Amino acid sequence: MIFRISRSCFSSISVKLPPFKVHHLELDQLPQTATTTSSELLAYYKSMQLQRRMEIACDNLYKQRLIRGFLHLADGQESIYEGLHAGLTFDDCVITAYRDHCIALLRGDTPHQIIAEMMAKQTGSTKGKGGSMHYYKKATNFYGGHGIVGAQIPLGTGLAFAQKYLKKPNVTLIMFGDGAANQGQLYEAANMAQLWHLPAIYFIENNLFGMGTSIDRASANTKFYTRGDVIPGIQIDGNNVFQVRETLKFAKKHCLEKGPIFIEAMTYRYHGHSMSDPGVTYRTREEVQQQRKTRDCINYVKNIILENKVADEPQLEEIDNSTQNEIDIAVEQAKVDPVPPSTELTTDVYVDNENHFIRGILYKDSIVPKSQ
Amino acid sequence: MQLLKRVHQFGSTKHRFASDIGSTNRQKMNLFQAINNALDIELGANPKALLFGEDVKFGGVFRCSQGLNEKYGTDRVFNTPLCEQGIGAFGIGLASVGYTAIAEIQFGDYIFPAFDQIVNEAAKFRYRSGNQFNCGSLTIRSTWGAVGHGALYHSQSPEAYFAHTPGLKVVVPRDPIQAKGLLLASIRDKNPVIFFEPKALYRNAEDEVPLDDYELELSKAEVVQQGKHITLIGYGTSIRVLREASKMAEKDGVSCEIIDLQTIYPYDGQTLVDSVKKTGRCIITHEAPQTCGMGAELSAFIQEKCFLHLEAPIRRVTGYDTPFPLVHEPIYLPDKFKIYEAIKESVNY
Repeated sequence: MIFRISRSCFSSISVKLPPFKVHHLELDQLPQTATTTSSELLAYYKSMQLQRRMEIACDNLYKQRLIRGFLHLADGQESIYEGLHAGLTFDDCVITAYRDHCIALLRGDTPHQIIAEMMAKQTGSTKGKGGSMHYYKKATNFYGGHGIVGAQIPLGTGLAFAQKYLKKPNVTLIMFGDGAANQGQLYEAANMAQLWHLPAIYFIENNLFGMGTSIDRASANTKFYTRGDVIPGIQIDGNNVFQVRETLKFAKKHCLEKGPIFIEAMTYRYHGHSMSDPGVTYRTREEVQQQRKTRDCINYVKNIILENKVADEPQLEEIDNSTQNEIDIAVEQAKVDPVPPSTELTTDVYVDNENHFIRGILYKDSIVPKSQ
Repeated sequence: MQLLKRVHQFGSTKHRFASDIGSTNRQKMNLFQAINNALDIELGANPKALLFGEDVKFGGVFRCSQGLNEKYGTDRVFNTPLCEQGIGAFGIGLASVGYTAIAEIQFGDYIFPAFDQIVNEAAKFRYRSGNQFNCGSLTIRSTWGAVGHGALYHSQSPEAYFAHTPGLKVVVPRDPIQAKGLLLASIRDKNPVIFFEPKALYRNAEDEVPLDDYELELSKAEVVQQGKHITLIGYGTSIRVLREASKMAEKDGVSCEIIDLQTIYPYDGQTLVDSVKKTGRCIITHEAPQTCGMGAELSAFIQEKCFLHLEAPIRRVTGYDTPFPLVHEPIYLPDKFKIYEAIKESVNY
């Protein structure tokens, strides 16, 4: 990790960005450095630690069987979510697949709401009806949280269309993984986006494996940033929060002027695909440990903090402890929350449930509209 | 568990009922092992059989294809990328040139990107080409049904969507012995078949499965329990639930006849009619939502044929008309209590 240290009188720190790879773009269009400040660095550190610790807490809760079902953790990829939070605004829409806890956190949910949702409690983000894969937040334009691989891509393209139609100065960030890049619906959606010049950012989180299948065994063309064909693309280091941020700022400008763009963020997930996957049958433990040692996104920010004497180890440890404390409190609170009442089984099926006949298992248990 | 090394290749035997299989050469297997055995037999006997899908090569996420890639090679047992529409369509293409294409869709909930290919291409191929072409040697295997924690996208039972498509066959086994025989029959049937495997039973259902190459007839239902007072119809995991409910009813002196539909479409209407004419009462159960589920079709058919024999309305005890829920799964599912209650109401009508 190479970074140039320079301080101005406003104590801003300049960080050299890793090289970009581009497709139908010129390298000189992209920034070579990013500037940050002490307080921003500490904010990134704290936020990424909170994400990391929340994911680890979920791992523990799953093993205690307090979270059940399917759980897909994103630890190792925090800088992507931090970068998207820093590079875009709450007026820009975000849509993603099922590795969505950290985005939910950054788009306004509290750790308590997120953990409660996974534990299927009433106080969860989605009333306990969605679970780990289905977080949404209307107020911050977070459109979820989707289980079917690739299904969110054309959906996000529709969001981008709406933004353009309504002449909003905003973009839609459509996130998906390397596995989803082989879904036909991506190409249908991208074609529409390019044809109609939609403000859509197709953001590929390339963590090198689609479940247990490496990118080489799934994709004929593993340069995912080129898979948009005539659509411009950029490949970045997803573990560098600054590069993610700057690229998204560039992408937003590009989208609002010209049309869609593909961004491929190279990253790594420490856990397996989900909790049913140990994550070491298709990659070695040594590889995972090596990634942790040399490419960890939180350590990257930590090193900048320490090198620039923004804070020292004990101060960082204090941040670690306070975030851990925050998560622990959230977990304890979620544990005692109630599950949604059984009436919730039949609510929200239609917009006006009371006017619809919902057939019960036995006819006499059916919900009959008052009008009938 | 060790992959079986000996495979009988004296040609398969066809049976109406599993109890007809006299073989003493049996091994204790659970559902995924029985499926694995069936696939092993077909790949061994038929050099044009190919098995493919997501993560099939390493053995499959439910271990159904364990050891098969090592045994038959990557040109016959291979992975596809993450593209259900591609998997379905690719299978149709392979089948139309004579290969036995066994396509795996990892979860029934994911079958919908392939829905157009299955309904518009596979089901109508023979019909629209005037029998010049067909994809009869296509079998799509997929997982099916509630598993306790699957929630919205790992629990669905989509059989009704495909039962509504002439040209297809839809099969759901209840046990390892049935699964092996029905799967081999499905693969060898000269029509495209969708074979749904109840994921909840992959490990939980065990039996002494014959090691021979045997097939069980498609479009034949089986009376798994004889009874006098009421006919209970189900398939897959619900057969277990029906057995539990019938035990509860027995204490009240009600004798239940349980029928496993096995082939959802085209279904064996005669067995159902014979039974309901005898008992005069009928309950149909499935996990899928009530409206336009298989219960609706079977109710309409049975009342048409047995109207004057019915002592009570035909009842359907099914999942709610809601998306498959998260934590409300136990309330949603048609369990033994709901079925028992329906039996009581039917008998006391």
